[in-house]
Amino acid sequence: MSGLRYVYAICRPLGSTTLPSQLTGVAGVPPKQLTHHGLVAIVSAVPEEDFSEEPLKAHLEDLDWLSATARAHQSVIDALTVVTSPLPLRLATVFRDDSGVRTMMETQEETFRRTLDRIEGRVEWGVKVYAEFSESSEASEASDSPRSSGASGSTEVSEDTGAKSVKVGSGRDYLRQRRQQRRAHEDKWEQAEEFARRLHDALSRFAEDARIHAPQNPALSRASGRNVLNAAYLVPRAESEEFVELVDCTKGDEPGLRVELTGPWAAYSFSGPAGQEGA
Amino acid sequence: MTVVERREIALVDLLDRLLAGGVVITGDLTLRIADVDLVRIDLNALISSVNAQVPSPWQEPL
Repeated sequence: MSGLRYVYAICRPLGSTTLPSQLTGVAGVPPKQLTHHGLVAIVSAVPEEDFSEEPLKAHLEDLDWLSATARAHQSVIDALTVVTSPLPLRLATVFRDDSGVRTMMETQEETFRRTLDRIEGRVEWGVKVYAEFSESSEASEASDSPRSSGASGSTEVSEDTGAKSVKVGSGRDYLRQRRQQRRAHEDKWEQAEEFARRLHDALSRFAEDARIHAPQNPALSRASGRNVLNAAYLVPRAESEEFVELVDCTKGDEPGLRVELTGPWAAYSFSGPAGQEGA
Repeated sequence: MTVVERREIALVDLLDRLLAGGVVITGDLTLRIADVDLVRIDLNALISSVNAQVPSPWQEPL
């Protein structure tokens, strides 16, 4: 192999199991195993013109490149997760050559072994809670401008009922109405956060470990509603079904709340030393 | 309320893990960019591509 070395994960020797022969990683190259000191690094050769510091920086600006690389990285981790409990490395961890990878494995050996023990036979589940409330006051304000810019007066009546606003009699009525709307809105957010807190407590009790990620930016996720919980849970593979049922049980009569489950993932969020964030 | 299980992995869920999770190893020259900065760089890149009005973080650091 020539070129730089892209490292996906560290794992214990796979024994007689092999990775799928058609599996390709980043840059379309099949990953290989590099065994050293009884641990295995999953490695691909990647071209310098794409993965040395400067070109990599430029590529990371390119959403298509980033997306393709992230998915290729994930497909290798996913294939590994079927046969072992891999310790994933951060995206775009690149070394100059095999000896650089070996040196890294030596210096990190103790940490790798401890972490591999901790995640052995475990998977990660992602749970997100979204709160979606109609913001009637904002919605009616937002619809003001396009209406004034071109629509004829005849549409007024139907649009008023659409915004479900009651005919406003006086300035005082209007202010009272706005205050009530705002208060109801605040109560709903408090309920959403309380729901997320309770769910997180229940899932944390079941799981061996938990991490809270930053809420997702709706511009990136394109998900509707506000992300009030974005968490990851480390669960023994054998107890995954029970965990999923537990998430499913949260179906309640709380309107406007949505729970999303992702996984099973490799233990990405639990790859740091115990008691610390995954990073 | 509904529980939704997504079949296809959303890029943003993937990046939560690939850019904020995973083991960070420092020491090799090419590894510095794999550090915390990467998270900021990439999220800026993503936001720029979603909203073309946001300038590139390289021309004008935020």
